[in-house]
Amino acid sequence: MDSLSQLIDGFGTALTPTNLLLAAIGVLLGTFIGVLPGIGPAMAVALLLPVTYGLDPVAAMIMFAGIYYGGMFGGSTTSILLNTPGESASVVTAIEGNQMAKRGRGSQALAAAAIGHFVGAMIGTTALVLLAPVIASLAVDLGAPDYFAVMILAFIAVTSVLGRSRVRGFASLLIGLTIGLVGLDGLTGQSRLTFGSLALADGIDVVIVAVGLFAVGESLWVASRLRHTSGEPIPVGRPWLGREDLRRTWKPWLRGPLIGFPFGAIPAGGAEIPTFLSYATEKRLSKHRDEFGSGAIEGVSGPESTASASASGTLVTMLTLGLPTTATAAVMLAAFQQYGIQPGPLLFERESALVWGLIASLFVGTVLLLVLNLPMAPVWSKLLRIPRPYLYAGILFFASVGAYAVSGQVVDLIVLFVIGALGFAMRRYGLPVLPAILGAILGPAAEQQMRRALQISDGSLTGLVNTTFSVTVYVIVAVVLAWPLIRRLFPARERATAS
Amino acid sequence: MTTTEPAAEPETPKVDRSELGICALLAVLGVLVLVDAIRIPTDFAQRGPVGPKAVPVVVGVALLVVAVLLARDVLRGVRGESETGEDVDLAAPTDWRTVLLLSAAFLANAALIGLVGFPVSGAILFWGAAYALGSRAFVRDPLIAAALSIATYLLFNNLLGVPLPGGPLMEVL
Repeated sequence: MDSLSQLIDGFGTALTPTNLLLAAIGVLLGTFIGVLPGIGPAMAVALLLPVTYGLDPVAAMIMFAGIYYGGMFGGSTTSILLNTPGESASVVTAIEGNQMAKRGRGSQALAAAAIGHFVGAMIGTTALVLLAPVIASLAVDLGAPDYFAVMILAFIAVTSVLGRSRVRGFASLLIGLTIGLVGLDGLTGQSRLTFGSLALADGIDVVIVAVGLFAVGESLWVASRLRHTSGEPIPVGRPWLGREDLRRTWKPWLRGPLIGFPFGAIPAGGAEIPTFLSYATEKRLSKHRDEFGSGAIEGVSGPESTASASASGTLVTMLTLGLPTTATAAVMLAAFQQYGIQPGPLLFERESALVWGLIASLFVGTVLLLVLNLPMAPVWSKLLRIPRPYLYAGILFFASVGAYAVSGQVVDLIVLFVIGALGFAMRRYGLPVLPAILGAILGPAAEQQMRRALQISDGSLTGLVNTTFSVTVYVIVAVVLAWPLIRRLFPARERATAS
Repeated sequence: MTTTEPAAEPETPKVDRSELGICALLAVLGVLVLVDAIRIPTDFAQRGPVGPKAVPVVVGVALLVVAVLLARDVLRGVRGESETGEDVDLAAPTDWRTVLLLSAAFLANAALIGLVGFPVSGAILFWGAAYALGSRAFVRDPLIAAALSIATYLLFNNLLGVPLPGGPLMEVL
């Protein structure tokens, strides 16, 4: 019950008028940016990060929680009304949601998504409250070799589980690791890849990497292939649900978190897999199976609730281990570091006021999201009509503001452009962006843990595998790596028995 | 594995030469990382058995290996899947003119921000980018750009406490 009293303290922090106002502004800003077509939650969070630079850490985190949920919700609005999933988490929502909107049930689709988000976030955050302190206290015993193993798992998982081509995934990861190498070596202070530049000696700020790869890279990529006739968003009224719809949606809402939360917590690429699983589950369990593919409301409410709970699961791993498993979480980790906070098992001890304030504001943000966004949905949907030149000009504009705000140096704008050009090339040639972000942000940490582990073992490589935990993790890594080989054996056998 | 595959592939593999460019990029990056790593002096300040060289060497070698593997894939006719998006028309050829104009607008901001301050350079960035992307409203565009730029400056600099250079314009006002 210790965490309960701390949570109540957290609510005390989150519910002061100033902080409540900041959370509300965060939710509105997050939704505003997230709703814009082409902007997913990760980019929304990265673009809005500088807004919080001038605030003290607690206020900044509270505003940030609002931005985070607002950005996620904004993405699902875009996919329902415009059939443009901003990120992989809302791909599934677009399938049924857009069909519903086309058949004049856009209001119901938006309501199912919004309430699904609410339910998923509420259950997910409750699970976070219960689990995170436990995991943190277990993780306190983890040593350098364990962390190194977990980071290797994260690297391998994002390059192997997601995307079509492993080689391209690894290429992206290595580009990220190279970016992470730039700067002074953390242990000896020797400069690497700085080419004598003082500005590069501090390393490349992760915010600049994220904004460059997401915002600038995306703008350049779209500019190179701009479609001159953009899709028409479907007009929508105030979201609401009738009795029949409620009867069909409440079970999917409650089932979503069961699938989403655990998947979010493991480094398997966030919401992509669980939302598909949820979709498949709802389709199988639905009494209206024939409606799937042409606008089944279960296909919106289940995956949305799943996605939102998976975001909470992601936070468990991020807060307790300092390990981001999605692009959005990677940007959040960068935000934490910007405020001088290092997530990890000790966070709950050292910064308990801040952590519980953040968790409380996740609840507050969820409620605000529902209260503010249901009535405002028709307004948000108008944003989908923004002329594309203004949209991408605006993205570049705010990307520049964000990069400049990091340290007030013009060099950062040049670095931003170079990384943006890299992001452009990666999009053109099908290199996924997430491994690069993860490599840039986790690479330096992984190197430090590895060298620390080897320091303890006096250079013997056994120092990396001398705990049960690390060995277990490496076994998982091996299975993930060998998975295509394993899977190849099975269809062959099935085919043999079939014939 | 190939024996169980259906024999006929619908499309004949066509090598996209520009894909080799990304292999070259990876290889150059690998060489760069390796050369830089070798030049790190390790005779002093070394703490622990693994110095600052080890990881760059691993990353550099891995970059070279991945460059070769990717080149092999490309020459076999495997093509990368370009990222799709609502505003992206994959059938269209790359529009380099737009990309270059957009880059110019972006770099103009970087070049001018220290001289004329953010309100002016930011407006140039926005207007230039909108122009590059095909907007031709010669009254509305600059007005929007100026309003957005000044509002952003005031919001960040005066309200949020994130300093941006005001330049001569803001000194006058």
